[in-house]
Amino acid sequence: MNIFVCVKQVPDTETKVQPNGDGSFIETSSIKWIMNPYDEFAVEQALLVKAANAGSTVTVVRVGGVKDTEALRTAMAMGADEAILVEAEDNLDSYSIAKALKGAIEKSDKTPDLILAGKQGIDDDCLQVPQVLAEMMNLPSVAVIVGFEQNGETVTVKREIEGGALEVYEVKTPCVLATNKGINTPRYASLPGIMKAKRKPMQQLTLADVGVSADDRRVKYSDFQLPPEKPPGKKFDAMDEAEQQKVVSEVVGLLRTEAKVL
Amino acid sequence: MDFSLSPEQKEMYDLAIKFAKNEMIPFAAEYDEEGTFCEKQIKKAWELGFVNTCIPEKFGGNGFTLLDAVTIGEALSYGCMGMYTSIMCNDLALTPIVVGGSDEQKEKFLRPFTESPKLASFCLTEPGNGSDAAGIKTTIKDGGDHWILNGQKMWITNGGYADLFTVYCTTDPELKHKGICALVVDAKSEGVSIGNKEDKMGQRTSDTRAIQFENVKVPKENMLGSPGDGWKIAMKTLDHSRPLVSSIALGGSQRALDLASQYAKERIQFNVPIAKHQAIQFMLAEMQMKIEAARLLIQKAAWQADQGIQNTIAASSAKAFAADTCMQITTDAVQIYGGYGYSKEYPVEKLMRDAKLIQIYEGTSQIQRLVISREVLK
Ligand SMILES: Cc1cc2nc3c(=O)[nH]c(=O)nc-3n(C[C@H](O)[C@H](O)[C@H](O)COP(=O)(O)OP(=O)(O)OC[C@H]3O[C@@H](n4cnc5c(N)ncnc54)[C@H](O)[C@@H]3O)c2cc1C
Repeated sequence: MNIFVCVKQVPDTETKVQPNGDGSFIETSSIKWIMNPYDEFAVEQALLVKAANAGSTVTVVRVGGVKDTEALRTAMAMGADEAILVEAEDNLDSYSIAKALKGAIEKSDKTPDLILAGKQGIDDDCLQVPQVLAEMMNLPSVAVIVGFEQNGETVTVKREIEGGALEVYEVKTPCVLATNKGINTPRYASLPGIMKAKRKPMQQLTLADVGVSADDRRVKYSDFQLPPEKPPGKKFDAMDEAEQQKVVSEVVGLLRTEAKVL
Repeated sequence: MDFSLSPEQKEMYDLAIKFAKNEMIPFAAEYDEEGTFCEKQIKKAWELGFVNTCIPEKFGGNGFTLLDAVTIGEALSYGCMGMYTSIMCNDLALTPIVVGGSDEQKEKFLRPFTESPKLASFCLTEPGNGSDAAGIKTTIKDGGDHWILNGQKMWITNGGYADLFTVYCTTDPELKHKGICALVVDAKSEGVSIGNKEDKMGQRTSDTRAIQFENVKVPKENMLGSPGDGWKIAMKTLDHSRPLVSSIALGGSQRALDLASQYAKERIQFNVPIAKHQAIQFMLAEMQMKIEAARLLIQKAAWQADQGIQNTIAASSAKAFAADTCMQITTDAVQIYGGYGYSKEYPVEKLMRDAKLIQIYEGTSQIQRLVISREVLK
């Protein structure tokens, strides 16, 4: 099977995000990049499918800046066979990214049997790219999947819905699936994996190569701002019972008048 | 000159830090309290390639440089100094085979470690001989096609779990350095008895034992080099292992700084976070300065070893400096935490207990100064 995994590179979860000078994006100069955590589930699922289907290949595809390539290298260190990197600014919109991914997948010498992606990027939280990509490629798609089972040409996937119930879908391959936490436990890359990844092929393309131009942009960021700083929390001490009564009514009062949550 | 790690080394560091945060830190306090041996972590670490960094590619290893190894060592020690002591112990025990063994011995003794998560121990210290390591009393006698080994070793890391020992012994204690031999001993040999786990102040997850050898028959082909080569092999091993042991101190120091600076931003006294008090700021600055210096020293000592340059001064400087620094930094981290730092509810007192050992094993801080001054006065 030819398995493609779309991976995004996002700021490390511990990053203190700052807007850049002109408000067009965040400051990226000192950011430590990681593979989008939801994409780790997609890579792991691809590797599991590969292991179950002899002769399969896993190709990871990413659209973004080329200075750092952590996400692709990590995926290859985990076991992906090759990578395609489409050079683009890091603040591209979902439509352009999906179109670039489609272009890159179609340009490769492999016809996809399965396309996996994380359900969302933890940076901009758009939850769009997998579905847009599926639509553009005219493929069925299921997003937010927590279960995966392959039976020949079809896959049975589960997605969690409101209230913890599960929806079960049977989908014909090729299809696009967007993974959620819970579908598997992503493996660590290993040190030998890191050494091997160095020798795995990484193809680099431009947006023009994959048929994307500035006109494809549907969304343009106009400003980035930090949320207003939270005022410090209030602490209430009440050691004896009489005091506790007083404190409770004080807290309830403040929740009404100040926090306005009651 | 280039001070940057390679992209692969950065990835190794990131992977090891991830492992430290997910697999080591969550268990460190409990293992310390109960004295539980970190078998689970060692097995997982082995699967990811963190164990046996010294084994060359030719014998099934990953072909890491010592610079790779100290980079990994710092990150894993960030998770737990005690666990990493037990993880890196294999490097200490197997390096004598790497530096002193024949290709046949390397194939025979090293390869099994790349095939399953086995452990090995380095047996130099004796009850009566620590710093004065050349005063070895453990003896071997010629028994025809084998050696007969007798004596006692002390403070042997992973002693209770090891499959193989590299044992330093002598044909004649009177010969001092010149009589020392390095033997590879199967831990299951008849006549080997292992003492109880030492109840230690720190690094309590790592296993430390006394080991007794009583008329243990060791095949002749298990000697590394010739009789009398043991001292040279031990010294060469220390040139490699000292940067690695120093990385334990570095990882512990970095953890202490990260915890202390985080706490200083949160703890309010006199209506401001204590990080606003200059006395605290200066303590943190001092920590950062020393960590930076220690890291550079360790990297230099490792790089020299990789280049085949004699690294005795850098390696001993790195060991003494990183260990003393770690003691200071972890003590200051407790200070910054105040009363909470003294409680086992918080992670810094353990760091302080773990740090103390690094000033003692692999040559005490005094012995490192002895080594350095000897070089200076040459
Ligand atoms: C937890 C733990 C794990 C260990 N693991 C191993 C292991 O795996 N394998 C192994 O072989 N050994 C191991 N050791 C032993 C360790 O290397 C020795 O404890 C260390 O070398 C010091 O020896 P000693 O304890 O006999 O102290 P001593 O040599 O008795 O030293 C006592 C004090 O005197 C000082 N001193 C001694 N001589 C001099 C001098 N000439 N000038 C100035 N000061 C001096 C020392 O610095 C020290 O402060 C371990 C020890 C511990 C505690």
